[in-house]
Amino acid sequence: MIETIQFSSLGEFFDMGGYAFNVWSVYALFFLFFFINLYFPLLKRKRIIREQKRRLILNKETATEISSS
Amino acid sequence: MWLWFSKLGSPKWFYEWSGKWLPWLVIPMALLLVVGIIWALLFVPPDYQQGDTIRIMYIHVPFASISLAFFPLMAVAGTITLVWRMKLADMVAKVAAPLGAWFTALALMSGSIWGSDIWGTWWIWDGRLTSMLLQFFLLVGVISLRSALEDSDAAAKACAVLSIVGCINVFVIKYSVDWWNTLHQPASAFSLSDEAPNPPEVWVPLVIMIIAIYLFFAVSLILSTRNEILERERRAQWVQDLVEAQQKYNYD
Repeated sequence: MIETIQFSSLGEFFDMGGYAFNVWSVYALFFLFFFINLYFPLLKRKRIIREQKRRLILNKETATEISSS
Repeated sequence: MWLWFSKLGSPKWFYEWSGKWLPWLVIPMALLLVVGIIWALLFVPPDYQQGDTIRIMYIHVPFASISLAFFPLMAVAGTITLVWRMKLADMVAKVAAPLGAWFTALALMSGSIWGSDIWGTWWIWDGRLTSMLLQFFLLVGVISLRSALEDSDAAAKACAVLSIVGCINVFVIKYSVDWWNTLHQPASAFSLSDEAPNPPEVWVPLVIMIIAIYLFFAVSLILSTRNEILERERRAQWVQDLVEAQQKYNYD
């Protein structure tokens, strides 16, 4: 079922039978898309937790201020 | 059954459950992607007509097929929101729309790049292409509807209705290749025979890529839903406890 490697040299592999632009731009788009859709949610999660932490700290500070005054 | 239903509707339960399952989706996704991409780029024989552009299929087809799932998903979630007012369903519907726009855009762009050489044109107003472009605009419509309405309850309802209506277009996309016989070819059949037009060495890597991209869809949807839960449920005690426990992102 698995054929042998279809390219005899690295140059041939990059050339993609003359369709280098088409093949490589689609795979580049895919990797960009893949990266964005996994990295951005993780980045957002960090931001949410950081903001929420700040909110909790602020709440505690105001709470102690009120109780001490 | 109802216990299960109400449990699943609880954002807290979903958050904990998805956290446990996430690695079991990410690991097979990564493995299948590596195998699928190497297979598609190196081992698939060039097509007798299309040459090496056949390798574009292994990105284009999985993305195009999963992008049809977004409207049905949003419609089911929207119906649950409308009927049972389940919070989690609306969260899923909300994060699915932008994700769907990304997936549809990639299907359109990869198809366009593929067609630029094989069909000799970047774009044509063919039934499949036009209905797919319509889906992209519908998704952009859902996203802007959500952000345009101040009242989040009204926005959820409006988006649910638009998602249900938008499902009609999915049928148009699905059957467009049979209704209008223009440029985009109908779906090909898979066959185990070596004599068939699509022998196993062509479609087995395609199936691997389809499973990998479906897992990627699940993973990115779950990640965004978890974020949405943390944001909307931030006043809940369990979210506050969870945030306190996260030492890594200390605010200082």
